[in-house]
Amino acid sequence: MSQFAYLGVLVGSLAGTAWLEFFLRTRVYRRAIRLVFTIIPVLIVFSIWDAYAIAQGHWNFDSRYVTGVIVFADIPLDEILFFIVIPICAILSFEAVRSARDWESGDEVSK
Amino acid sequence: MTYTQLALLAALIIAVVDLYVFKTKLLTRRVFWVSYSIVVFFQLVTNGILTGFGIVKYDGEAIIGSTSPQEGAPEILGDGRIAFAPVEDLFFGFSLVLLTLVIWVWLGRIGVQRNPRSGPPRKSVEKILRVK
Repeated sequence: MSQFAYLGVLVGSLAGTAWLEFFLRTRVYRRAIRLVFTIIPVLIVFSIWDAYAIAQGHWNFDSRYVTGVIVFADIPLDEILFFIVIPICAILSFEAVRSARDWESGDEVSK
Repeated sequence: MTYTQLALLAALIIAVVDLYVFKTKLLTRRVFWVSYSIVVFFQLVTNGILTGFGIVKYDGEAIIGSTSPQEGAPEILGDGRIAFAPVEDLFFGFSLVLLTLVIWVWLGRIGVQRNPRSGPPRKSVEKILRVK
């Protein structure tokens, strides 16, 4: 356990889902523009929530386990990265299920 | 507002965004619920690490359960917690995942990198995935 504990969880999440891109051909990282434009609004919405929650004291971070870098509004860098990493993992999982099962998802060209 | 109220409200708002605003209707699709089941399992694991080791701590005033201890792990189950994490985190995670997928699918629908689409799985994993 160290100041990289939180980051370690994020690296683990990225590593744990990366194989989907290759073995299930999810093509999420390959669609980088769509990925970035998905993450930006999510990052904005959840950073606002995070800033409010931190200001209200809903949650706090043990300074021993986070990098100590504050981005803005007392939000640790680790949290900002969380709001980037978790959406990537979610999309990879979603596209992996589609890859395996080919179920209708709502973005197909309408017939 | 407390975390409990905010988490429920967020889940509700994003559900409305999915069903009636963007009309992606992920909540009505099998592909969403199967992916979400996978994601929520791993959320319990990773969030269990974050909360069990006290990397993130919560104020008892904001959640159903009590304040996270300064040292040591909170309840693993009970006192408003599941796998060390406040139950509120499930609604937080649900909101985060649903909003992400709504925007991802909506962008695809309006033509932002709809292609190349995902799949098919490589031959090496296909056998494992197709078993009934």
